[in-house]
Amino acid sequence: MAGHTQNLTKDELWGGNASPFGVSYGKMMMWYFLVSDALTFGGLLTAYGVIRHGSSDPWPVGEQVFEALPMLHGSYPLMYVALMTFILIISSVTMVLAVEAGHRRDKAGVIKWLGYTIVGGFFFLGSQAWEWSHFIHGSGGGFQVNKSLTVTGEMENGEKVQMTLNGGDWVHMESEFGHAYEHALEGGHAAPAADAHGHDGHASHGSEVAAEARVDAASMHPEALILNKYVLEHKDDKDVRKVKVTGEDCKKLWEAKANETVVFGANMHKNEYAVQQQYANFFFFVTGFHGFHVFSGVVINIIVWLMALGGDFAGRGHYETSDKIGSYWHFVDLVWVFVFTFFYLV
Amino acid sequence: MERDDLIVNDSYAINNSHTNEEGKAIRKKLYNVTVLLTVITIIEVFMGVFFKRNGTITWETIKLGFIVLTLVKAAYIVLIFMHLGDEKKSLKYVILLPYALFILYLIFIGLYEGVSVQELNSTWR
Repeated sequence: MAGHTQNLTKDELWGGNASPFGVSYGKMMMWYFLVSDALTFGGLLTAYGVIRHGSSDPWPVGEQVFEALPMLHGSYPLMYVALMTFILIISSVTMVLAVEAGHRRDKAGVIKWLGYTIVGGFFFLGSQAWEWSHFIHGSGGGFQVNKSLTVTGEMENGEKVQMTLNGGDWVHMESEFGHAYEHALEGGHAAPAADAHGHDGHASHGSEVAAEARVDAASMHPEALILNKYVLEHKDDKDVRKVKVTGEDCKKLWEAKANETVVFGANMHKNEYAVQQQYANFFFFVTGFHGFHVFSGVVINIIVWLMALGGDFAGRGHYETSDKIGSYWHFVDLVWVFVFTFFYLV
Repeated sequence: MERDDLIVNDSYAINNSHTNEEGKAIRKKLYNVTVLLTVITIIEVFMGVFFKRNGTITWETIKLGFIVLTLVKAAYIVLIFMHLGDEKKSLKYVILLPYALFILYLIFIGLYEGVSVQELNSTWR
């Protein structure tokens, strides 16, 4: 797109009164902004890499943490994130078609494709809201054991394996039991949250109902517990993730439960997915910062869509504005491509 | 002040246009890129789910595969969707070179630090 600068000599080209890059001021500034924003995201993902490499405890594995689909039980590793990626790619395509329509001065085309892009943006934001809610809610919760013990569990392929736990190692509940237990701890309603902090004997500010419910929680026993639910461990060259412990050994683990360590889902202070709190914090910050970009992108798209509808660009004689916001929208897609790889896959 | 985005005659803003016939060819290219990006995403998910991390292919190789596929995706998004590929060479390099240099440097020092912190952690734990 060299434009009118094509036939100028070098002195004329760089001597002012011409755009040596062959783009308008606005387009140039959009590129500068995107480069700086890309550095921000690059910094965030590099920081994630530094923390992850610096950690000597095992790091959660994407396909074991993100394996739920709305309204379905069972394991669908990475399917939901892949769906989100696909939604964003499609909305990127509709955006590029809007830009292309703008280059043909096709007002109806711009309105149509930009409209689809906005819809895609809302779909992505909705998906992200569900993913956050699922991540915060958790899939059963977990606790640390307060002493060392050895148990026998069953691997995914049915093989038995003996596992030795040290004090402080994590054990996870199955989602159904975990949710019921969480509910019981909370007293079945929104009343004073559970005495999950383990102040023995102190019926702290709980009501009668909550006190009763605590007894309920104390009498609950899981039928199975899971070791290495989110992390990948090897023992004698065997893949010992998601080891299921039942029967007597399950009881042993439950009795060794350190009550103050019980956690469901994730927040800014603790999380069930990893020993490292940074894991949850990076999830919130990186996907949240990206989601904020998507949100502002949708808002800007709506403004430009209304401008196109009102004939602003037809009056100007060109649709360069849709070109600029197109670059921003593709950039948001580009960032997600990297987040997808480094947060969920690697 | 003269607003350069309002120049209509013989300007870059107006030059950035094409006819209906050219539009057809461009759209065809865009659809091909869409299919390519979708296929790459499916391959990535497939690799993440089905290659066990202690299988015959080492996890390092798979990781490298992820990164290569991601860079291919990124290149198509930047060069085709953001049509940086159609811009002048000077603009292309002004955007890409500083970024590439800076980010490679950042990744290098970041991972170098991370690995040595990890070594310290496991030694003194």
